[in-house]
Amino acid sequence: MSETKTYTVSIYTENNIGLLNRISAIFQRRKINIESLNTSISEIEGVSRFTIVINLTEERMKKIIGQLEKQVEVIKAFYHTDEETIFLETCLFKIKSDLLFEERQIQNIIKESNARIVTVNKEFFVLEKAGRRSEIELLYRELSAFGIMQFVRSGRIAVTKDEMKISALLKEFAE
Amino acid sequence: METQTIKLQDTAVEATQRITGKEAIIKCLLAEGVDTLYGYPGGAIMPVYDELYKYQDRLHHVLTRHEQGATHAAQGYARVSGKVGVAIATSGPGATNLITGIADAQIDSTPMVCITGQVASHLLGSDAFQETDIIGISTPVTKWNYQITKASEIPEVMAKAFYIARSGRPGPVLIDITKDAQFEEFDFAYKKCTAVRSYKPIPKLNPESVQAAAAMINAAKRPMIVWGQGVILGKAEEEFKAVVEKSGVPAAWTILGVSAIPTEHPLNVGMVGMHGNYGPNVLTNECDVLIAIGMRFDDRVTGNLATYAKQAKVIHFEIDPAEVNKNVNADIAVLGDSKETLAALLPLLEQKEYPEWHNRFKEMYKIEYDKIIKNDLKPEKEGLTMGEVLEGINAVSKGEAVIVSDVGQHQMIACRYAKFNKSKSNVTSGGLGTMGFALPAAIGAKMGAPERPVVAIIGDGGYQMTIQELGTIFQTKVPVKIVVLNNDFLGMVRQWQQLFFDRRYASTELINPDFVAIAKGYYIDAQRVTKREELSGAIEEMMAAEGPYFLEVKVEKEDNVFPMIPTGASVSDIRLE
Repeated sequence: MSETKTYTVSIYTENNIGLLNRISAIFQRRKINIESLNTSISEIEGVSRFTIVINLTEERMKKIIGQLEKQVEVIKAFYHTDEETIFLETCLFKIKSDLLFEERQIQNIIKESNARIVTVNKEFFVLEKAGRRSEIELLYRELSAFGIMQFVRSGRIAVTKDEMKISALLKEFAE
Repeated sequence: METQTIKLQDTAVEATQRITGKEAIIKCLLAEGVDTLYGYPGGAIMPVYDELYKYQDRLHHVLTRHEQGATHAAQGYARVSGKVGVAIATSGPGATNLITGIADAQIDSTPMVCITGQVASHLLGSDAFQETDIIGISTPVTKWNYQITKASEIPEVMAKAFYIARSGRPGPVLIDITKDAQFEEFDFAYKKCTAVRSYKPIPKLNPESVQAAAAMINAAKRPMIVWGQGVILGKAEEEFKAVVEKSGVPAAWTILGVSAIPTEHPLNVGMVGMHGNYGPNVLTNECDVLIAIGMRFDDRVTGNLATYAKQAKVIHFEIDPAEVNKNVNADIAVLGDSKETLAALLPLLEQKEYPEWHNRFKEMYKIEYDKIIKNDLKPEKEGLTMGEVLEGINAVSKGEAVIVSDVGQHQMIACRYAKFNKSKSNVTSGGLGTMGFALPAAIGAKMGAPERPVVAIIGDGGYQMTIQELGTIFQTKVPVKIVVLNNDFLGMVRQWQQLFFDRRYASTELINPDFVAIAKGYYIDAQRVTKREELSGAIEEMMAAEGPYFLEVKVEKEDNVFPMIPTGASVSDIRLE
């Protein structure tokens, strides 16, 4: 009951200015750190989706879901463990172009990590990698030795193995 | 541009056409049945005030002396009338001054719509004069908020604001309107809001949960009800009374729940919580089924959760799913509007009585009476007690008055001893504990229930936090009765200092002004009572006065409110001294 776990929270919402503030305030007020946050469109037209990663006990997680769903513009909120979701993060590395030609090992690292070169020009090339946090961290460590000009990693995005019955819910409203 | 004629639902006004945003706001208020609003003008809201001037025959705007007063007045109005209270202010400081009242309304589930002016949309984010991010500031304390930057948004947003404020678990909504949107012309048409896609105000009633609850109640040996404001907000007083009477279950109340059934009802066993009655607090930890109805297990009600009702099965009737299992786990949760859930419960209940169990409450009342209540209400010592003032008011009001209390010792005394025959009669700041609430709230309460006597009971500390609203009372001549129980102390803090800080009275003693002179300065009839023999006559004079009246009662300086559950203690460890 009191064991902390990593949960992926999926929140289906109306797309309104200010809602991000309202949602983040729920975590802020309870001093819960947001590990990552992503917002995007969802599978339903006109419905936004927040994907938030937090570490919490399940008991507190349930209460947070209640607080989220209480918000007028939140349609539905779900929480899932890592085992219940397919998830990944994506990242970009900006690296000096010379290295690509001078350091043979870089080419091996790129190949082995399944990273993709997005663009190359005279000064730099950009590498993109999507995957689990550990894979990205490994690539980061390996590339650090050669020097990284810029690095950025996205928040987690996730889909659940089970269905989230959001369309049915919206249909119910329409009737 | 095509113009069309529409008929407004509640106002029967033939409204056309192309109008300005400022006029649209007024038409929206009228369409929502608003007759009174409280506010304070200023630059960014001046266009709306200009329209209020034109509509003053239909919309009564009350000029308070501070925007905080406007929110509390709107709250008082809402709490006694069951309608949505409306407060209006300008941008910047006008808007930020609303925040305390909004936070109060949020935690006490009071339906309120606040309208704030905002700088013109092209100035947003430029640190313009009197610009403040009121949407950002008010987000955590509003049920919903929205900034209007185009006049065409006004009808739909205003309709949504009133719908959200009053539906489900009520709460405050803030609508911020830029100055240019107030001037902009557009084609106005108004349609009331009846649903919002992402918002489910009332959970669907689950008949199985009601059946399970009824079975558990019917099988109980020592059941106890604790009810809260949810009964009043759900307009479920009749259903609730029928449930109490048929089930025969002793019923106790939270301070926001009181007056849902009469104080003198034989099954009403008093108040729970920090300064509640001895019986219901102690017996919370002896009952076998605890039936919570429209209450949220606030920490001032439960004391230490680790030792709260652990022996009992808990049934929670609640409209807000987020409240279920928040503080106390429910064995059975019955989600829904109290009027609906209690009506569904009633036919499933067996007609019962629990004479022995009920006697336990009576015995404990006797203990409390001998130790505390007698000395509070019929003191033998020289100094006046707060309790005897309440007893004096009861003698005249006969339970018909609306009692508006502030925050502190006098509030606990008022809630403990005031008699109520009618619902929606106790207006107090419960969750937020806002000192300064009572004087402006009493103004709104009197306007929301003009046929009823309204008595504000205030301490000398809280009174001075919003004392400027005497100006509003003077100007509107609203006949509220103001009783200041003056002990020249911030009494509740002083009590805690005495009990928990070895009598180190840090910054709690007040050197007070001549309150009677101040009231008279506002041309309000006033008197001061310092002796017991003057008290009943003064109360009678106050209650009989046609206009507003101020009564200061000098009470014992260092009286304490008991019983008391010290913070963090168990309800069963309630102290009688």
